[in-house]
Amino acid sequence: MTEVTILRAGPGVTVQDMGRPGFIAQGLSRGGAADRLAVLEAAALLGQPPAAGLELPPVALSLSVDGPTRIALTGSAMRAAIDDQPIAWNASHRIAAGQKLNLSPLGGGYGYVTFGGGIDTPLAMGARSAHLAAGLGRALQEGDTLPLGEDQGTQTDLVIDPVDRGTDRPLRLLPSAHTALFSQADRDRFDGTTFTRDARANRQGIRLTHDGAPFATEGQLSLISEIARPGDIQMTGEGQPYILGPECQTTGGYPRIGAIVPQDLPRAMQAPPGATFRFRFVDRDEALRDWLSDDARLTDLKRHVRPLTRDPRDIRNLAAYQLISGVTTGEAP
Amino acid sequence: MTAPDPFPRLVPLGLDGLLVSFADRLQDRANRAALAFRAAVEAEGIDGVTETASSLVSAFVAFDPGRTDRDALDRKLHEMIDAHDWYAADLPGGRRRFTIPACFGGDHAPQLDDAAEQAGLSREEAIAELCAHPLRAMALGFAPGQAYLGELPEHWNIDRQTGLTPKVEMGAVVVAVRQMIVFATSSPTGWRQVAMTRFQGFRPDAGDDAIALAPGDEVQLRAVDADTFAGLTPPEGGATVEVIA
Repeated sequence: MTEVTILRAGPGVTVQDMGRPGFIAQGLSRGGAADRLAVLEAAALLGQPPAAGLELPPVALSLSVDGPTRIALTGSAMRAAIDDQPIAWNASHRIAAGQKLNLSPLGGGYGYVTFGGGIDTPLAMGARSAHLAAGLGRALQEGDTLPLGEDQGTQTDLVIDPVDRGTDRPLRLLPSAHTALFSQADRDRFDGTTFTRDARANRQGIRLTHDGAPFATEGQLSLISEIARPGDIQMTGEGQPYILGPECQTTGGYPRIGAIVPQDLPRAMQAPPGATFRFRFVDRDEALRDWLSDDARLTDLKRHVRPLTRDPRDIRNLAAYQLISGVTTGEAP
Repeated sequence: MTAPDPFPRLVPLGLDGLLVSFADRLQDRANRAALAFRAAVEAEGIDGVTETASSLVSAFVAFDPGRTDRDALDRKLHEMIDAHDWYAADLPGGRRRFTIPACFGGDHAPQLDDAAEQAGLSREEAIAELCAHPLRAMALGFAPGQAYLGELPEHWNIDRQTGLTPKVEMGAVVVAVRQMIVFATSSPTGWRQVAMTRFQGFRPDAGDDAIALAPGDEVQLRAVDADTFAGLTPPEGGATVEVIA
């Protein structure tokens, strides 16, 4: 059995997978990767079902393995190297026993390291993901070891064209629990407002700021607590919106003006501090137009996987890092 | 947008969820309806439904948009709504009653006198009333396995504190607005702590049995003295469980 050893980890690195549905009634939200699409992209690269991997908020991580291991790097791009050899993001690689994988942040989003065979820690309530808000699992630290499952695949040096995570296109909204309590004028104003992703954000939620009046409903202080889910946009007492994340509470008494459609949620969760958002209420047909189940999304992503070449036009970033570090390309892939 | 339908009504929750809401404020009959309706949806085994839950006054239905004709699901749920008087429905079967030892003395009950006064009771009367009847887990939330237990008699309709208690320990019993909570985590709270238990509602290391309570289960406190309490340990904390329906 191959084992991963964490040599160094910034705060908040956790094991994440597709989460644990089925426990809303008992007060546990789904949890799982903040960017579920990144887990599916890794599965496409490694040619395996979606698996538990490591989720990194923008912090550094260094790890080693005790046997030959395939890895995939997805999500928000980070500076990545095996020992001193820079490697491409959104790609799969091979790492040998004793080699070190070193990652450091470039932007403000979540990066993912997924292993061939997946992390094989014991299942807890049907999943392996840490849910820190609930007290399930914990953040990783130096010296932790993680077992890997048996890798059924062999291919590496593949690259995937990632799904666009930018926020230049509006995030689409459908009605949620309290949409009807907001006036049409306020819903129109919400549609027309540019919001900024605040620095205050974690896996429970992302605070947004905006210029202009707060958004409030009639009688919102006496609202009865109602089911809340990731992607809901909740107004706090001050009328400031929060996008609920994977570790949100399962019920809440703050009014929710809308719910981000699931396929747009990775763009919201990956936005760095200072990024700007627009929202747009859409109808159900528009929301379903590009919606895919996780299975269908994975099948679609596999069509965007191709061999990683050493053509410098394809790996401009890689070339840049070599110039910065002065390290020359060693072995061919 | 047109005026909302009268209750019960369907409220969409994003692309893949619906609420069947039975009221817009806490009512015992609406909570019973939500529990019963959720159980009925589970029993019906509707194709495409992926998860159900209940909140204080609503049943929640999550579905797979790829396998579900939303209009057909709406029709099905409306048929079910119309088939019964859900406000008078029996509570679902398989519910359990947890009898949990609680200590109402000293440091274990820092705000008992305050809460009793707010409820217009003596300390002894307050303890007796809080232990007198089983209370229903009307909904779980805030933390995994943490139940909102109710309802207490009308005179327990006491406000939250204006300030927060910085931290209560797991197992703390707090009261406000005719409800009681046995904290499943250690947390700040605006509710008043009136007792302490060693019951652990969320047991992260217990695998599939991590969450002790389910909506509809009942909890009754049993007052014990400090010496007895000192011998109790989590996660059970001396609690006994019986199936009530």
